[in-house]
Amino acid sequence: MAALLRVDDLYKDFAGLKVLKGVSMTLERGHKTAIIGPSGCGKSTLLRCINYMETPTAGHIHLDGELFGETQNGGKYQRMSEKQLARQRSQVGMVFQGFYLWPHLNARDNVAIAPMKVRGMEKRAAYELADAMLEKVHMSHKRDEFPERLSGGQQQRVAIARALAQQPKLMLFDEPTSALDPELVGEVLKVIQELAAEGISMVLVTHEVRFARQVADHVIFLGDGVVVEEGAPDQVIGAPKHERLRSFLKQILEH
Amino acid sequence: MDVILGKIATLGPPLLLGAVTTVTITLVSLIIAIILGLTLALIQRARITWLNWIIAAYIELFRNTPVLAQLFIIYFGLPYLGYKIPSFLAAVIGLGLNGGAVLAEVFRAGIAAIHVGQREASLSVGMTPWMAMRYIILPQTWRMTLPPTGNYAIALFKDTAVVSAIAAPEIMFYARTLVASTFETAFIYLLVALIYFVLAFPMARLVDRLERQQRAWL
Repeated sequence: MAALLRVDDLYKDFAGLKVLKGVSMTLERGHKTAIIGPSGCGKSTLLRCINYMETPTAGHIHLDGELFGETQNGGKYQRMSEKQLARQRSQVGMVFQGFYLWPHLNARDNVAIAPMKVRGMEKRAAYELADAMLEKVHMSHKRDEFPERLSGGQQQRVAIARALAQQPKLMLFDEPTSALDPELVGEVLKVIQELAAEGISMVLVTHEVRFARQVADHVIFLGDGVVVEEGAPDQVIGAPKHERLRSFLKQILEH
Repeated sequence: MDVILGKIATLGPPLLLGAVTTVTITLVSLIIAIILGLTLALIQRARITWLNWIIAAYIELFRNTPVLAQLFIIYFGLPYLGYKIPSFLAAVIGLGLNGGAVLAEVFRAGIAAIHVGQREASLSVGMTPWMAMRYIILPQTWRMTLPPTGNYAIALFKDTAVVSAIAAPEIMFYARTLVASTFETAFIYLLVALIYFVLAFPMARLVDRLERQQRAWL
């Protein structure tokens, strides 16, 4: 059986600036990979390429054995239509650093709108699903509140529920706690940890190295657009081989 | 007192009849302007160079010439091309095209002001770009652009006075006719101003309220 996610030799340039220079990774079902690295190393770009929020300059993505974001005709690859892409993206949940809840919808509608509009679910069923997902992130009590009335941590938990409501094969977390006040980080990490324990497949870009070690079964250290070191968390974070990784960890863990 | 009431009794009905036309012209032009402005703002987002160039030319042309000239060109110019149109139609076409240019800019700026993350979050849950626009971007744009659109509507309502120049039978047109037959110039325009005020004031209050609500929401 094919890996859940396969990233092959991914390159991404932004107007001549080479951000990713040949990155490959695979993720098996139920596994959790954490991507760490200094700012500007390309870790968010890598994550955003996985669901084609950014279009890679070169390289290919396979989700569940299926080519993602492109169609292949003979030897030629072509970006697929927005409609096809939307269908594929619905299989991947994404959680952003800046939450991006929709301010004109309350928590429940934020979670329910995609099931209704994308999957054509009945309103009743979509609300039931939304309530179940809000329960999962411990936000049931705030389901009628609008985003502006929620704290950052609460907003991020609703955003996680929104992504879960897609019933995705894979969850992507893009620095989910970086925009939060320190005292709110814990509640979001706790939710992510619970999802990990449930066996949800995830790729997590994070600054929280200690958390990465707890929750991930594989850690990738990205430096300057390439994979510098990867492996089991205890090995990568506990016994780093490369000098660059050592100095990065030293900086982070001293704080 | 009786004299004044008597004057109002004779002058009032034709002016109110004109007011009905004024309101109708305002509403029809506003609807044209909103549909046109929104359509142009959406087309501009597709970034088709030559189309955007045409839209930009249209916007600048209508923004930088007097409405009166535009109305004259439509009303007296179209017959040369073989289309004789009634003054009411010329009025709503002229004001509608003019308003379309104004509101296209309002809506374009409104859409651009929505954080890109709002759209990315919509795409990430599997919405198509159109669904993202329809369910996420436009509802937010709408709230944000409601106050400027309301202000534009009030300005439009007062600006309909210019269409009397092409003999559309609105308030001003009746006022001028009445002045010509009664010579009660000041009194008639006082009544005219009163009618405009009574209609515009509630609109202005409504816009103020929307503005306050919007601040609370943001």
